[in-house]
Amino acid sequence: MSPDAAAGTVPHPTHLAHQFDDAGQQREAASLGMWVFLATEVLFFGGLFTTYLVYRNWYPAAFAAGSHELLIWAGTTNTAVLITSSLTMALAVHAAQTGNRRLLLLFLLVTMALGLVFLGIKGFEYHTEYVEHHVPGAGFQFDPANAQHAQLFFSLYFLMTGLHALHMIVGLGIMSTMFWISWRGVITSEYYNPIEVGGLYWHFVDIVWIFLFPLLYLIARHAH
Amino acid sequence: MSEHIIPRRTYYTIYGLLMLCTYLTVQIAYFDLGPLNTIAALGIAVFKATLVVLFFMHVKYGTRLTWLVVLGSVLWLGILLALTMGDYLTRTWRAL
Amino acid sequence: MATVLAPPHHYLNDGYGIKSWLLTRDHKRIALLYLASITFFFFVGGLFAVLIRLELITPVGDLVSDETYNKLFTMHGIMMVFFFLIPSIPATLGNFLVPLMIGAKDLAFPRLNLASWYIFLLGGLFTLYALVTGGVDTGWTFYVPFSTTSSTSNVIPAALGIFVTGFSSILTGLNFIVTIHRMRAPGMTWFRMPLFLWSMYATSVIFVLGTPVIAITLLLIAAERLFHFGFFDPALGGDPVLFQHLFWFYSHPAVYIMVLPAMGVVSELVAAFCRKQVFGYTVVAFASLAIAVLGFLVWGHHLFVAGESVYAAMIFSILSYLVAIPSAVKVFNWTATMYKGSISWATPMLYAIGFIGLFTIGGLTGLFVAAVGIDVHVTDTYFVIAHFHYIMVGGAIMGYMGGLHYWWPKISGRLYNEFLAKIAAGIIFLGFNLTFFPQFILGYLGMPRRYHAYPPEFQVLNVLSSAGASILGVGYLIPFFYLMWSLRYGPLAGSNPWSAVGLEWTTTSPPPTENFARTPTVTWNAYEYGEPIESHVA
Repeated sequence: MSPDAAAGTVPHPTHLAHQFDDAGQQREAASLGMWVFLATEVLFFGGLFTTYLVYRNWYPAAFAAGSHELLIWAGTTNTAVLITSSLTMALAVHAAQTGNRRLLLLFLLVTMALGLVFLGIKGFEYHTEYVEHHVPGAGFQFDPANAQHAQLFFSLYFLMTGLHALHMIVGLGIMSTMFWISWRGVITSEYYNPIEVGGLYWHFVDIVWIFLFPLLYLIARHAH
Repeated sequence: MSEHIIPRRTYYTIYGLLMLCTYLTVQIAYFDLGPLNTIAALGIAVFKATLVVLFFMHVKYGTRLTWLVVLGSVLWLGILLALTMGDYLTRTWRAL
Repeated sequence: MATVLAPPHHYLNDGYGIKSWLLTRDHKRIALLYLASITFFFFVGGLFAVLIRLELITPVGDLVSDETYNKLFTMHGIMMVFFFLIPSIPATLGNFLVPLMIGAKDLAFPRLNLASWYIFLLGGLFTLYALVTGGVDTGWTFYVPFSTTSSTSNVIPAALGIFVTGFSSILTGLNFIVTIHRMRAPGMTWFRMPLFLWSMYATSVIFVLGTPVIAITLLLIAAERLFHFGFFDPALGGDPVLFQHLFWFYSHPAVYIMVLPAMGVVSELVAAFCRKQVFGYTVVAFASLAIAVLGFLVWGHHLFVAGESVYAAMIFSILSYLVAIPSAVKVFNWTATMYKGSISWATPMLYAIGFIGLFTIGGLTGLFVAAVGIDVHVTDTYFVIAHFHYIMVGGAIMGYMGGLHYWWPKISGRLYNEFLAKIAAGIIFLGFNLTFFPQFILGYLGMPRRYHAYPPEFQVLNVLSSAGASILGVGYLIPFFYLMWSLRYGPLAGSNPWSAVGLEWTTTSPPPTENFARTPTVTWNAYEYGEPIESHVA
């Protein structure tokens, strides 16, 4: 029953779930399922983007002031890190498609490492913001001219990047699972659905950051 | 998800474009373009996201249904944003 | 007719023991797991309704305190909306029938289906915990700033409970969308699908696009209460009306989640019990989609008096009139189907007709409140309560009951007692109207909602309403007993007791675990009554 892990090949029909007629149907169902899930995520983050839009429209100065306090080098580096991790993820899928188990494992590892780098930098940022009393709540301190509304900015900053970071952590869990099943030889050029849909999830998390970065870090930087 | 395998060279090209756009968006932020700053920043973000969706996520070679799901989700977010802002932007309007 | 024999192997006797149920991947068993759970939550929500109506018999608030009364109507709303109505038809009848109706062996993601049930239970557990440790008093609508700042009740566990349960909805919707797109049997084109599937599909679109927004909104409330983030706090420059925008972006389409499946059921019932193709099949199918789409464009009608701009109010008002059109079209089409049909008055048909009449009243009164000029007078009064109960109870629950009775022989393999069933349907219809019609008058006369003390001149109507509620309660209890009784003692149903057309009726009652030994090939339209039944067996 166990696939031959050393050879890295598995008889395909084992992976055909009973409710599907053929592998093509299963593959299309898996892909569509992940895309529908990503649609829900668009709306999930969308509620936060709506809140952001409303308050940035009301308090442009406070939002700009808050944005200036963020570490632009950290945000930019993290953007580069995530884009690179998307590349390595795409290359991992490519390796799976071409049956290259070693490259698949390598690129999954690199993607995970880059994810960890992202979280590390994010953690450093959070620590900095904590030390500078920019965490909303009783201890919040800010230039009195904008203090009241800057707290709104930071609430959004922490919630949006925090939710994003949570999704990254889940993504790392998904990567680990994919690494494990690839190691066990479950993935072949005939059957690589988990890698493909895992990749879709990872790219989506990257796209959320692609929008978070300018909206949070780059407000009216010219005035700084 | 089609069987079409995108060549690695395409991935590297897209990667280069994404990094270039990131560099550009940071640089542009330091110039005062008034309202164009936000438009530029969001425009570049949309462009980057489109590249990721089309190539890294294989949608360029995907089914029409996938396109529909992608566009539908963006459209729905648009509905949420537009109709909500429709309230906020008209609250101070005087009677017609 | 030949003696009916029970099929030797079917999904109910395919494995015994608790593990075979709690770890099942069979969509039919999962449907029954959901059926048990939502029935439980229905009776919990019903208990709160009983307490509310008991309190409202007298004009003074003498049964419970103000705070307790707030908790009663809050918990009634939360239980009924999130833990009964929203999952009801999709998670029970939908789960059971979607694969059968399209000729598939199961849904696309059976394990995800089981996970959705556990997630539903987990959310229910959180909410029950909130209930037994003091309850919530914010109203099921959780309006800020009360829910974030002043309320001392269990807001966070309740909000998190609903947040968790929302994912159950999302997974169900996701499963249905993928299944209907990718797993239809050969020959089952979109326009050969039964209309129930069209309504399941439209409902699933709402599940997927709307639920995430209330999820994030509830998270925002929890964050504001826990971490004092202040998104809606005016002291920090926040806007309480923003909460209402985000809340109703989901909660309005949610009412279409509740009614679209019932409409789908009614289409099936009207076709079967008039032995006729549904009039204007294509239009009804598109109307389901139209309701789902347009339903997302009207949420601002809940904010007419909340402080939204008058221009936004005008737009939302016009859009609210638009969304009534596809619903009305369906009512016309069902009526046209009945015209010159061969009508039989079996219990499911009684519920279908009840739906058509009561939903029409509910829907028309929706047009009243969609007009801003009228709404400023009747909003937050019993008029609105009557309006939505006509649709939710007179409409959605009647559709649910009709579907439950129609497919009960398929689900259980047994027939229920038709006489008792008709009596119960009559009692429900009578009890319902006596409960809620007086509330239209009460609201129009000015009695506000969510108050347990009211001016004495409103007492007569309130007593009528409470009397009706007691009759309605009896009406709902009766089916519980005869349906359970039929499981053991009911006559065997046979595969097609209604002589209906549809793939689900070509299987045994109960169906085998794998539904179809061979995937059928479909060459006929959805409601080809008038053709011999045998031609529909592939």
